Amino acid sequence: MNTLSEDLLISRRIGLSISTEDLDAAEVAETNRDTVGDYTVFDPKITARDVNVFYGTKQAICGVNLDLGNYEVLAMIGPSGCGKSTFLRCLNRMNDTIAECRVSGKIHLDGENIYHQNIDEVLLRARVGMVFQKPNPFPKSIFENVAYGPRLHGMTRDIGTLWDIVESSLRKAALWDEVKDILEQPGTSLSGGQQQRLCIARAISINPEVILMDEPCSALDPISTAKIEQLIDELREHYSIAIVTHSMQQAARVSQRTAYFHLGDLIEVGATNQIFSDPLHPLTEAYISGRFG
Amino acid sequence: MSQLLLVAILLALSAIAYQLGRRRALALDNVNGGRTRLHSRPSHYAVLTMLWCLFPPMLVFTVWSVVDTHVITGLLVQDLPAEFQMLPMAHLELVVNDIRNLAQGNIAAHADDPTIQAATGHYQQLLQINRFAKSVVMLLAATAGLAIGWRLISPHLRARVHTERIVNLFLISCAALAILTTIGILLSVLFEAMRFFQTVPVTSFLFGLEWSPQTALRDDQIGSSGAFGAVPLFAGTFLISAIAMMVAVPIGLLSAIYLAEYASRRLRSIAKPLLEILAGIPTVVYGFFAALTLAPLVRQISEAAGIEAASESALAAGLVMGIMIIPFVSSLSDDVITAVPQAMRDGSYAMGATHSETILRVIIPAALPGIVGSILLAVSRAIGETMIVVMAAGLSANLTANPFAAVTTVTVQIVTLLVGDQEFDSPKTLAAFALGLVLFLLTLTLNVIALYVVRKYREQYD
Ligand SMILES: Nc1ncnc2c1ncn2[C@@H]1O[C@H](COP(=O)(O)OP(=O)(O)OP(=O)(O)O)[C@@H](O)[C@H]1O
Ligand SMILES: [Mg+2]
Repeated sequence: MNTLSEDLLISRRIGLSISTEDLDAAEVAETNRDTVGDYTVFDPKITARDVNVFYGTKQAICGVNLDLGNYEVLAMIGPSGCGKSTFLRCLNRMNDTIAECRVSGKIHLDGENIYHQNIDEVLLRARVGMVFQKPNPFPKSIFENVAYGPRLHGMTRDIGTLWDIVESSLRKAALWDEVKDILEQPGTSLSGGQQQRLCIARAISINPEVILMDEPCSALDPISTAKIEQLIDELREHYSIAIVTHSMQQAARVSQRTAYFHLGDLIEVGATNQIFSDPLHPLTEAYISGRFG
Repeated sequence: MSQLLLVAILLALSAIAYQLGRRRALALDNVNGGRTRLHSRPSHYAVLTMLWCLFPPMLVFTVWSVVDTHVITGLLVQDLPAEFQMLPMAHLELVVNDIRNLAQGNIAAHADDPTIQAATGHYQQLLQINRFAKSVVMLLAATAGLAIGWRLISPHLRARVHTERIVNLFLISCAALAILTTIGILLSVLFEAMRFFQTVPVTSFLFGLEWSPQTALRDDQIGSSGAFGAVPLFAGTFLISAIAMMVAVPIGLLSAIYLAEYASRRLRSIAKPLLEILAGIPTVVYGFFAALTLAPLVRQISEAAGIEAASESALAAGLVMGIMIIPFVSSLSDDVITAVPQAMRDGSYAMGATHSETILRVIIPAALPGIVGSILLAVSRAIGETMIVVMAAGLSANLTANPFAAVTTVTVQIVTLLVGDQEFDSPKTLAAFALGLVLFLLTLTLNVIALYVVRKYREQYD
């Protein structure tokens, strides 16, 4: 009888998935963790090669290779603690704000290494925006929340233009109609779903090229979630989007490609409909069929 | 020693009560094969029995302590020889005082009088009996309470409810004590102040520009009319407080920002307590520093610059006071800045803001209510400060905005008014209460504003 990893090799060669009905923890630990599937894309916006991340001595990401294409939505899924957020935060160097966090490897944005010493991470973050799991509007008015970025980067000195930017950002975030009469009220007075759309408006107000979203809907009700999912679909026209999510339905609905992480490894990546209908790796299959995670 | 023993016995009794109550409750629980339902858990019954055991002796102690001095004095006087009993009341009190002093081993006026000596012996005897009786009664009360509490235990006794209620009452009475004390202080100040306003009109007190509270000791003394215009005092208070805040707010705030945002965790854990020590230095020491070091320095500098300066100046006092209240601003501000959620910072960084931009545009605005609160607290402290001003700013009530002149403040004047040898109901003494009242209202207003600001603008971060 074949061992599990031999099974795997065979199954990968012949492009079949094997039953993982009887995967137990020990076998999971032994399973081959090399990335299955093609992590490159034809027209990459971001390319990450051999990325390792350490928190102190603890390794959170192990040798991940992954591309984000232009004008696509890439979903990242995986069990809690597998390093999705950590990897996402590498892409705009938010991990620099954590003292004990160390990143190695190469991450290129438009062919430029973002960890190169000549790159200013502050400018980088203006190009790679981020939306967080919990809505975090600033304790300012709705208007000021959206105007924060344009003001910060001196995009305009003219208040009329600033209004235009705020309005168009709020429109793009599908929030304008709900808040156009209460722009002076604090951003924190909105509902959770509105706050999250406000944060999206804030992120797109400075015209980033990439938007990173870390479980943007996990604190929201189904209706707000549906709105934001629709919004993500529309935003794809102008931006490249990487989204972390715990909802596989959401990943299936909004993304074109999906990457499955497990304990710091990128296990499998591929077209979303292939991942969900026909996963190659037993761990992926076990996860999406709900056997663990 | 015997007091200690008494306390120990009472504690032991209460421990026994706890155990007994618990046993009985458990026993009741087991009757009928565990099918009787106790209203509360056994520990509740135990606590209730313990309270039953502790409360009666405490009551006895309180009542006894209130009445026993009177009773003993009465007995003592009764047993004095007849010639003493004929004495007028005031004189008799002196004799009793003598006896008390003698009994405590202090020096007494008539220590060699044999009658007094005999009475002293008698008094000591009475005291001893009293102490003994008190202990015995307290122990009896404790035992009786224990017995009652133990007897009361039954499945229907709502022990948990009773215990909660007793604890509740105890806590309420503690809180009430604090509040009542405040009200009492306020009322006494208010009444004395009203007596003052019977002699000096409110308007001339509040708006008068001259302060010289010299009233005559005798009616025929010249210059007997004092001037009680409080404006110079409040002006001095504001001047010195303003100088102090000009020192404390920038330094305190900036060091808070440094500590909260830039300092490493280790540096912060060392530097913050060090900074807080500033608040722990006795104000008298600050006063020395201000009077002996800073005031001469201020004078030299101002004279070098060609400005007339007194040897005592508002500037010296204000500067030193400012240093003293730095930790009030820095420590509280540091706390509120640290309390701004990481999500705010992340949000700002993710927008491409630098650290300093984040601090300036997000963190400070978010922490502003707390910062304002800390500043107002520091202002209250500055207004109430006395010692530094006495030592460094002088006592002369000048109405001036010149920081190099000597000024005085409300609190300083209160002190000087009360240490005089005036009779207690002279306007001079009563003026202190009026000043105290206005000062109290002032700081109260500041505190209310601070509370309002903090509450109104408190940010809901989520
Ligand atoms: N600031 C940090 N300091 C130390 N360890 C961290 C830190 N942040 C994350 N980790 C560790 O890195 C690993 C990956 O964490 P990460 O937050 O990336 O997981 P995740 O996939 O986003 O999980 P979730 O789905 O629960 O958000 C975890 O084991 C976590 O304990
Ligand atoms: Mg996460």
